[in-house]
Amino acid sequence: MDPIKEAMLHRSRSARIERRGKLISLFCITLIVVVVVAIFTFVASRGLATFFTNGVNLWDFISKTTWSPAVKDAHGAAQVGALPMIVGSFGVTLLSAVVATPFAVGAAIFMTEISPTLGKKVLQPVIELLVGIPSVVYGFIGLSVVVPFIRHVLGGTGFGILAGTFVLFVMILPTVTSMTVDALKAVPRHYREASLALGGTRWQTISRVVIRAGMPGILTGIVFGMARAFGEALAVQMVIGNAALLPTNLISPAATLTSVLTSGIGNTVMGSLENNALWSLALLLLLMSLAFNLLIRWIGKKGEMK
Amino acid sequence: MKKILAILAAFCLTILTACGAQSAGESITAVGSSALQPLVEAAASQFQTDNLGVFINVQGGGSGTGLSQIQQGAVEIGNSDLFAQEKDGIDAAKLVDHRVAVVGIAPIVNKQVGVTSLNVVQLRRLFTGEITNWKQVGGRDLPVVVVNRAQGSGTRATFEKWVLQDRQPKAAQEQDSTGMVRSIVASTPGAVSYVAFSYVDKTVQPLALSGVKPTDANVTTNAWPIWSYEHMYTRGQPTGLTKRFLAYVQSPATQERLVAKMGYIPMTKMQVERDADGNVTKR
Amino acid sequence: MDPKKVDKFATATLYTIAGVIVVILASLLGYILWQGLPHVSWHFLTSPAKAFEAGGGIGIQLFNSFYLLLLSMVIAVPLALGAGIYLAEYAKKSWLTDVIRTAIEILSSLPSVVVGLFGFLVFVLQFHFGFSIISGALALTMFNLPLLTRNVEDSLRQVSFTQREAGLALGLSRWETVIHVIIPEALPGILTGMILGAGRVFGEAAALIYTAGQSAPALDFSNWNPLNIASPLNPLRPAETLAVHIWKINSEGIQPDAAAVSAGASAVLIIAVLLFNVLARTLGNRLYKKMTAA
Repeated sequence: MDPIKEAMLHRSRSARIERRGKLISLFCITLIVVVVVAIFTFVASRGLATFFTNGVNLWDFISKTTWSPAVKDAHGAAQVGALPMIVGSFGVTLLSAVVATPFAVGAAIFMTEISPTLGKKVLQPVIELLVGIPSVVYGFIGLSVVVPFIRHVLGGTGFGILAGTFVLFVMILPTVTSMTVDALKAVPRHYREASLALGGTRWQTISRVVIRAGMPGILTGIVFGMARAFGEALAVQMVIGNAALLPTNLISPAATLTSVLTSGIGNTVMGSLENNALWSLALLLLLMSLAFNLLIRWIGKKGEMK
Repeated sequence: MKKILAILAAFCLTILTACGAQSAGESITAVGSSALQPLVEAAASQFQTDNLGVFINVQGGGSGTGLSQIQQGAVEIGNSDLFAQEKDGIDAAKLVDHRVAVVGIAPIVNKQVGVTSLNVVQLRRLFTGEITNWKQVGGRDLPVVVVNRAQGSGTRATFEKWVLQDRQPKAAQEQDSTGMVRSIVASTPGAVSYVAFSYVDKTVQPLALSGVKPTDANVTTNAWPIWSYEHMYTRGQPTGLTKRFLAYVQSPATQERLVAKMGYIPMTKMQVERDADGNVTKR
Repeated sequence: MDPKKVDKFATATLYTIAGVIVVILASLLGYILWQGLPHVSWHFLTSPAKAFEAGGGIGIQLFNSFYLLLLSMVIAVPLALGAGIYLAEYAKKSWLTDVIRTAIEILSSLPSVVVGLFGFLVFVLQFHFGFSIISGALALTMFNLPLLTRNVEDSLRQVSFTQREAGLALGLSRWETVIHVIIPEALPGILTGMILGAGRVFGEAAALIYTAGQSAPALDFSNWNPLNIASPLNPLRPAETLAVHIWKINSEGIQPDAAAVSAGASAVLIIAVLLFNVLARTLGNRLYKKMTAA
């Protein structure tokens, strides 16, 4: 065969590299998908056992307010009412996201649009540093500073959703801020130039062009922030009071799904109702964050620039 | 770039070979109760100094984890604050109990409440929510803030068994560790909870029960009723290193020196014995 | 209102927000350092922890934290890179891609104790790794992958399309374009994600309690054979990290100086994270300069 024909018939070196590269990256994503599926199946199989093996009524689980799986009520059914924790989790997560978002977006705009040097030299390192503080330390600062402060100002014990919100606000700030910064940086420069050329002020450019263009990324940042708030246990547990009671106001002790899950899981025997009920909480957590995620995506699609 | 990759590859290879190779010497794992963990850890480190080439891996995770893992045979020793009979889902007949220490549990209150002694009925009413203000039991005008340990915790089970006696506690704050309970009680006016004797310090006020003080001496005669054994469970009779280690922990020398020094009550000091159903007999 | 005035007002507000954040963060860091630094000494940094006496240090825990970080990053970063490249460059816009993306995002909301227990059942018991650094590193990998993957994908997407076209026009394959053009260009963004991930590894406790364990057996720092159980490099030894140590002494510690050790360890942890950030940034910048025309 002549060399030209041979070269035409065989894959080029580049094509081989391309194929190999694609395979490597495909392998990575497959592995991650396998891990995700494995964890989901694991949590689901244990969490669903409460309803199928132990015969707990699903509606009771999400609507009753007494959480004490080891104790049977008058009818011999286990008392697994998760409503207080559902309310608690939603409460702290939404509130802390609501409080953190303006701060995070504001800081991100500051870092990308107003003063990049100051942002890069001061804000960014400090924010990255915050991620590395263990949640136990956050919890202790909350316990020794935030809780007494609320007690003095608002009365009560100081433990409650408000204290949890304060602590979570600081904890999710880094995640939301750094992801928002990335999103804003990704907005092409000529968008800004076009707006400024049309005579828009800096703020008009930011509010009508940059934020709108970066919206999907900002929303992802908020989702990740809320996810972190949702999944955080140790710090919240120390300041929220961790009492499985329906919260009556922001300063009455409450509990979150994760705090009950984390504090109980080591004390239960695998396969028992108490243990399965805790896994049901984990499953609920996954489903709720799925709902959050879909909601945010839907909002994001509506706000997208066409 | 290539160099970095080469180093990485070498590194991964080392780890893989390390994973494949069996570690030299005998090793056993003890998992479970976080209340017992400090003692087992200290005993293990002394045991390893005396016996070179053995390795005892001590981990926490809670009594529930300890009992379920020993039941499945995943570890050699399961540490627990409770009798295996007291836990749902555990077949106690398969497990062998080794009691290694006794822990007394004391009610503690915040220093501002102005109460130093109560009787059992008063204490019970505090935890069931019938008493809501400290002035009802002779203290200051402060609302009662109950702090519980997490459901299923050994300390909580012991406390409820001897104080609440089958009555339901009111839903209240729950914390999963002694340290956190203590710091919350210390910083919250009107707070009441319970911790093992060794955790009582000057930041909180321990309560006497009808004049009986929470002391080791009162536990050894059962005058102070709120106490429990610390158990190290094995599946079937222990053999080899497990057996030697358990014998070491239970030996009079370890009991008198290490156990006492760490704030637990040595088994050798006990003048009474109590079974899983709570029947007390003189020894 | 006059747009110019609005602009001034908005700028002032943004400055205030940035100021407030800096104040909150600075006071937080100041509080931890002020509480902890008085307890930090050379002895504290190098000596092993004591179970029930005063005067314990955090030497082994500090080493464990760094070693665990290294191991989990070695596992997680290549995976996240590969997966991120796939999502950003190869994946077609379809419902399946969306499902994968959503699943990854949801995974990041799992409480770390669930990841820890999963790691315990799979790596510690099923794979017989025992309570070990490798189990801990794998659990942390699972814990960090969502954020890292997402970050890599976003950073790659930010690279302007003209760069890709330039690479392809030069006759490079798509993969080569990604490796030689896009990744170097996206490096600063990827690095931010890695630093955030590393911070989480440093600060994570709940996922490690059941995997890497909470005991720190004495190490023989003269023995660098990774196969020996007493060697610091052995990935199969149990390893309590600094964050786990802080958690442990706060929850069940009976050392008389537990509060001081905890405060000191927190301060050291923050300084360690700071050092790591500075180091990673410097290295990253150098790499960026070397690999791109910047």
